[in-house]
Amino acid sequence: MSPTASGRRPRIVVVGHGMVGHRFVAAAVERGLTATHDVVVYGEERRVAYDRVALTSFFEVGADALSLLPSGVYDDPRVALHTETSVVGIDREARRVRLADGTTASYDELVLATGAAPFVPPVPGKDLDGCFVYRTIEDLEAIRDAAARPRADGSKARGIVIGGGLLGLEAANALVQLGVEAHVVEMAPRLMPVQLDGAAGATLVRHIEKLGVHVHCGVVSTEVLDDGTGRVAGLGLRDADALEAEIVVFSAGIRPRDALAREAGLAVAERGGILVDEQLRSTTDPHVWAIGECAAPAGRMYGLVAPGYTMAEIVADTLLGGTAGAFTGADMSTKLKLLGVDVASFGDAFATGPDALELVFADAVAGLYKKLVVGPAGPDADGNPREDAWVLLGGILVGDASSYGVLRPLVSSGMLLPENPEELILPESRGALQLGLPDEAVVCSCNNVTKGDLLAAVDVDGEHRCEDLGAVKACTSAGTTCGSCVTTVKGVIEDYFGEIGKAVDTSLCEHFPLTRQELFDVVAVHGYRSFTEIVEAHGTGRGCDICKPAVASVLASQTGGHVLEGEVGALQDTNDAYLANIQRNGTYSVVPRIAGGEITPEGLIVIGEVARDFGLYTKITGGQRIDLFGARMEELPLIWSRLVDAGFESGHAYGKSLRTVKSCVGSTWCRYGVQDSVQLAIDLELRYRGLRSPHKLKGGVSGCARECAEARSKDFGVIATEKGWNLYVGGNGGATPRHAQLLVGDVDTETLVRYLDRYLMYYVRTADRLQRTAPWIESLEGGLDRVREIVVEDSLGLGTELEAAMARHVEGYFDEWKATLEDPEKLSRFVSFVNAPGQPDPNITFTTERGQIKPVNLDEPVVLGTSIPVGAPR
Amino acid sequence: MSAVRAEGPTTTWLPVCTTDQLSRERGVAALVGGRAVALFRTYDDEWFALDNHCPFAHASVLARGIVGTRGDVPFVASPMLKQPFGLRDGVCLDDPSVRVPTYPVRVVAGVVEVGVGSP
Repeated sequence: MSPTASGRRPRIVVVGHGMVGHRFVAAAVERGLTATHDVVVYGEERRVAYDRVALTSFFEVGADALSLLPSGVYDDPRVALHTETSVVGIDREARRVRLADGTTASYDELVLATGAAPFVPPVPGKDLDGCFVYRTIEDLEAIRDAAARPRADGSKARGIVIGGGLLGLEAANALVQLGVEAHVVEMAPRLMPVQLDGAAGATLVRHIEKLGVHVHCGVVSTEVLDDGTGRVAGLGLRDADALEAEIVVFSAGIRPRDALAREAGLAVAERGGILVDEQLRSTTDPHVWAIGECAAPAGRMYGLVAPGYTMAEIVADTLLGGTAGAFTGADMSTKLKLLGVDVASFGDAFATGPDALELVFADAVAGLYKKLVVGPAGPDADGNPREDAWVLLGGILVGDASSYGVLRPLVSSGMLLPENPEELILPESRGALQLGLPDEAVVCSCNNVTKGDLLAAVDVDGEHRCEDLGAVKACTSAGTTCGSCVTTVKGVIEDYFGEIGKAVDTSLCEHFPLTRQELFDVVAVHGYRSFTEIVEAHGTGRGCDICKPAVASVLASQTGGHVLEGEVGALQDTNDAYLANIQRNGTYSVVPRIAGGEITPEGLIVIGEVARDFGLYTKITGGQRIDLFGARMEELPLIWSRLVDAGFESGHAYGKSLRTVKSCVGSTWCRYGVQDSVQLAIDLELRYRGLRSPHKLKGGVSGCARECAEARSKDFGVIATEKGWNLYVGGNGGATPRHAQLLVGDVDTETLVRYLDRYLMYYVRTADRLQRTAPWIESLEGGLDRVREIVVEDSLGLGTELEAAMARHVEGYFDEWKATLEDPEKLSRFVSFVNAPGQPDPNITFTTERGQIKPVNLDEPVVLGTSIPVGAPR
Repeated sequence: MSAVRAEGPTTTWLPVCTTDQLSRERGVAALVGGRAVALFRTYDDEWFALDNHCPFAHASVLARGIVGTRGDVPFVASPMLKQPFGLRDGVCLDDPSVRVPTYPVRVVAGVVEVGVGSP
């Protein structure tokens, strides 16, 4: 597209900032559309786009974790995002949109991504206080507030969901999470009538009734009952007794939000939705486009996110001048976990095709129902008919959908099924995995990634050369939306590496053909105490900067000795080797421990005096302590000595070890606090101080749900509740920020510490080198659920052993600074020059900035004048 | 940067420290002819000396790096950003266009001596 006649950059206005609107903007930025165009986005919600697919996890993870744009702005300055701004009219002649405040904005291209609205059937009482829909975070917040209102007799509120489809069951899940007695009322004779057949629906009912959800199928709602004060009292049913409830959630389908388009004279489909062509361009106006649930390509709307994403990409591509993109329909396959039950439906799930046959495996006791729909294969490549050759047309899985990732791509591939296709759905079958998918099979339908795309990403001669699942996910986006395909993605990668004979290389480095976990086990089994013993028995050469610190960490975890003791000292990275953090001019920074961030005025004064006396730069860290920069290596013992004398100890800021446990001020001072977060933070920091781990570890404790300690951005975060503590695990800041996830809720302090002991020690034992807790949890089969099994349920019976290991750590702790000061041999290393210990390194220089020192790096080394004597051997 | 300095006719040997002042696979810095030099003793008791100045980090730190082997080549990893330098010739193993000056080392009667050329 060329600039406009006036020379101004052409402007794309996007109406709606939901998942699909966001995807369009992201595509516009990524594909370079913003190099030539300005993009202006109007979203009517207060929040920027968030993951509505994962809406049910809102109560668990909160709004921030759902956000698709956590910073709230796009990095590209050519994109302007306006939230809480409704577009109320379109003047197509003038190419302007009218905003709710009466102002207008011009566009060259208009992209409508207004989504859909919940359909509320016209039953009497539908507007009573206590009636809700289930679509936005605000809807969930309103439902939560209503659920918190007890009934007159003080008992818990009850809730009814109208609609037993996919969304209805998610709404029921939300009610269950809120502890509300939940009923589901569905007009059709079974749950999820669009996706499931009768037997599958019945299997699903058995599953969710076990969870306390009451299911009423084949029942028609007649009215929402009024308690006489304008509040919901229940639901009237045709030919059945009314149900009592205080909450009614309508979840009876969605309708495209096309009013804006209708009023502007754009053609809409018979059943709603803006009529668009295969490029998603309005059939009425070539400068208007519609994507997502508000669009109706060929007259049909698509209520899933994956087709919406495809539409967004096609429009971005077309606006860039591309001609390849065309939307010709979408795979409406579904896989999800509803109330903990796997449900999947794909392809021709109802065997509607002329020669379709069904293969069913059902185990009512185990709650499994699996159905494959197969059809005769067409003629072979030479046009000869084939006998007894079948292809997969579709299927339904309830209770176990693990084979979905393999089965669904088979549908579109047209591949012949093996001789005994029932093998594909029998329990414990891995047959399907060995089938091999064709390259064009779509593995990740959310992001439209084919097996071929994955292979291109891992191709050893290719451009990307990804070496593991994480790299492939980052490179292709596969598995990053709903995550249901991750196992398949992993399988494809591993098969490829297997085929080309490249063992998926988990070796630490050239010296050890072992993972860190294997190394840990080897050291534990043989009781090694030195690098030399280990490398001679299990490795080659003399190690490197990768394996030596890893061995040092493993030895520290198991033996608990001083990290500078004997040969172990030569294994440490420079930070551990000097018990301080090296900075850019070769000086070090020093961080004394300030447990929980609590410090006395006297302590502050000592730190201030030390900084002043040694001329150090001081800065407050993110972990609630004070960092002193610019110490020469030979000054470190002098500085520690002053700090240790004043009662300070090492803060381990240099180690792959526990750093800090940050806290808010808690119930002692804060009027909102419900628990003493400072005391717990101090206790935890002192318990786990000095624990060497695969990567640095941080903790946080908040005294109430306001979460001022930002505990959920830590490897372990504790948040006070009225009844005790909630424990969250796997959070971190940094380049890939992650929110910690709830491991266990409302536990007392003793239980909390026991679980934390197990969690941390299991991490120390099994994580890879430099793997933080979040990717470690992700790497475990089963993820967070697996951690919970091991830590909370003690399914491996490791609990006592892990606790004992932690008890040994706590027992064996000593301050590394103090121990170094007391050992002349260790101290002897803290000299500038072995032959001129009194001579500071002339390469270290500083200037000043804002009243403090600042390091200077010199391009060439400094040579001291010849007047400096070269010392004789000491 | 100058080429590898091997022992030559003009080499002057400067005593720096005794052998027991240097642990295996742990460098120390020494001041040799006014220059900061990193001195290393490998596990096999080979002795090496490199300029202490890391050309990537522009800081005087190489003596504080981890010593190891890559194949048969003993090397030190700069403690700052981990670039590996071969101890024998000072060449960066990942970028052969970068080389750190090296100095010959010998041990005479328990005293470690570093050789420097005449100006």
